[in-house]
Amino acid sequence: MTHSSSFVDAKQKRTDTRGYTGTLAISRFRAPVPLLEIRRVTRRFGDFVAVDDVSIAVEPGEFFTLLGPSGCGKTTLLRMIAGFDMPDEGQILLDGKDLADTPPERRPVHTVFQSYALFPHMTVAQNVAFPLRMAGRPAQEVARRTQEELDIVHLSDKAGAYPHELSGGQKQRVALARGLVNRPRLLLLDEPLGALDAKLRVEMQLELTMLQKNLGITFIFVTHAQYEALALSDRIAVMNSGRVEQLDTPDHIYGSPRNRFVADFIGKINLYNCSVIATSSESLRLSVAGLGEVWAPPHADVPAGTAGTFALRPEHARIVPRSQNPLMKNHLFGRVREFFYVGDVTTYVIDLDSGVRFQALLANSAPGRAKFFELGDEVAVEWPNEAGMFLSR
Amino acid sequence: MRRSWLLWSASLACYAFLYVPLAVVVIFSFNDSRLNAEWVGFTFDWYRVLFADLAMLGAAANSVLIALVSSSVATVLGTMAGMAMHHWNIRALPFMVLTPVAMPEILLGVSLLVFFIQVLNLTLGLLSVLLAHITFSIGFVAIIVRARLAGMDESLFEAARDLGATPWETFRLVTLPLILPGVLAGLLMAFTLSIDDFVITFFTAGVGVSTLPLQIYSMIKIAVTPEVNAVSTLLMLLTLVMIVAASRLAPETLRSHT
Repeated sequence: MTHSSSFVDAKQKRTDTRGYTGTLAISRFRAPVPLLEIRRVTRRFGDFVAVDDVSIAVEPGEFFTLLGPSGCGKTTLLRMIAGFDMPDEGQILLDGKDLADTPPERRPVHTVFQSYALFPHMTVAQNVAFPLRMAGRPAQEVARRTQEELDIVHLSDKAGAYPHELSGGQKQRVALARGLVNRPRLLLLDEPLGALDAKLRVEMQLELTMLQKNLGITFIFVTHAQYEALALSDRIAVMNSGRVEQLDTPDHIYGSPRNRFVADFIGKINLYNCSVIATSSESLRLSVAGLGEVWAPPHADVPAGTAGTFALRPEHARIVPRSQNPLMKNHLFGRVREFFYVGDVTTYVIDLDSGVRFQALLANSAPGRAKFFELGDEVAVEWPNEAGMFLSR
Repeated sequence: MRRSWLLWSASLACYAFLYVPLAVVVIFSFNDSRLNAEWVGFTFDWYRVLFADLAMLGAAANSVLIALVSSSVATVLGTMAGMAMHHWNIRALPFMVLTPVAMPEILLGVSLLVFFIQVLNLTLGLLSVLLAHITFSIGFVAIIVRARLAGMDESLFEAARDLGATPWETFRLVTLPLILPGVLAGLLMAFTLSIDDFVITFFTAGVGVSTLPLQIYSMIKIAVTPEVNAVSTLLMLLTLVMIVAASRLAPETLRSHT
């Protein structure tokens, strides 16, 4: 069970992070000010609360992601950081200084827009030179640094081209070069990869992370693509209806979602309503709709009778033929109803005998073998206690 | 095949409808006869008569001056109005700008006359004509500029601010170059509207000042001479030069940004 061991790893790291937070608290007298601090910010549009009492601190050099479905408030938050919108309540601080009275052009914050927003009447070089010119740099320096930046994004040969002559990926790189050329304290990226095709997207993801690490500039990245967020970010704030549901590292967001929304939004997961039967220091005994009694890891302060959600990642479950006796305490029988083969892994949809649906994922690790089970196969699914998760919300 | 033949003849008819009367005027300005009835022979005489006609020359100078000044002022104000309409997006604003544009000229002429004399206590003359022309041109410019802005990606202007441009730099370096085709089209429109306006000018000019249309009108009250054809031909030529100049100044007029 390699999957469950990686899960334990995640748990282990969590404790490390807690320890780290402790040290930070102790050294508070050295006043380590976060680069960007969003302090209890609320933004309303009429009756609609776009951003609802959000507090976030972004550390220097971080690749920070705001992740959530459309309309969750992530873009509104980004626009307030850039200065295009103002909070109704709360403060946004950069290096400890309130930005409320600083117009967008005076904030050391640049944005890469979803539409790229390249100036159509300027060449690639003129676009990239724009922030340097606005900062009043001498002409020679503007020319040199524009050239350097175009070299970094491999577009020196397109310096004289106009934006409409470029491909999507090239436009994206010009937008990135233009946002970075004047070395802002903070670069905001609003779904910058949304318009690219899948292959180019992966290439740009790699370029983006390398650029960010090399330049050491703090990125705030807005996306609704969960896998992109997991792959790129140092930390992720998962947002839903204007609130931050969970703020954590990618492995914690995936491995220990704080509630049903986060669990459901990130990755594939089996979710069932449940209630707590009994608690002990070693485990939690749950009554799960459609699954019956299952055991999960202990959960702080949930008394018996608490209603919640039982969550299990498909890759943490094991499928065996029904004829073979399951070894684990948590096991159920069913029939393969559907499978989704995507090359490296296959997801099996299993109709359990109780009538509920269950997903299990198997890596296609045996060479030459595409799948392990066929439609209609009688199977048993089982999972270790520590793989299950009880979510109180 | 049949459809394309129909299409061709339809467009041919359209162009004929537009250009034949103009061609007639041009041709008869070279006609060696006092009457606009039949072709007698080629002559430049009417142009000679025209350039000796001091009243006509004075009226032409007035017209050009009024057109230049009023179209320039209207373009500046109209561009500002167009940007304001785009920015605030209040339903009433375009309506209020459109109303004077759509209003019968005679109404606007009378109301301006009353306004100038009874409210401003202004002596009718060059200034009142200028103010009147600016008034009816602003709406056209504003509508053209707003239409140009409407198709534009709003994040372009935000990007300029974001990258360090002040509001004024944003206007000068990004907004204005992008709306320039619209602004020039508006300028051209305002110029043309001003130079051939008769009704409103008639009400607001008083006795002291005459413009080309007023002068032509007073001439044909006596008799239609080919001198009128000659002056009309020159007016057409001026318009043509304006259009060519505008397309040279802003080649983007014929090319759209995407």
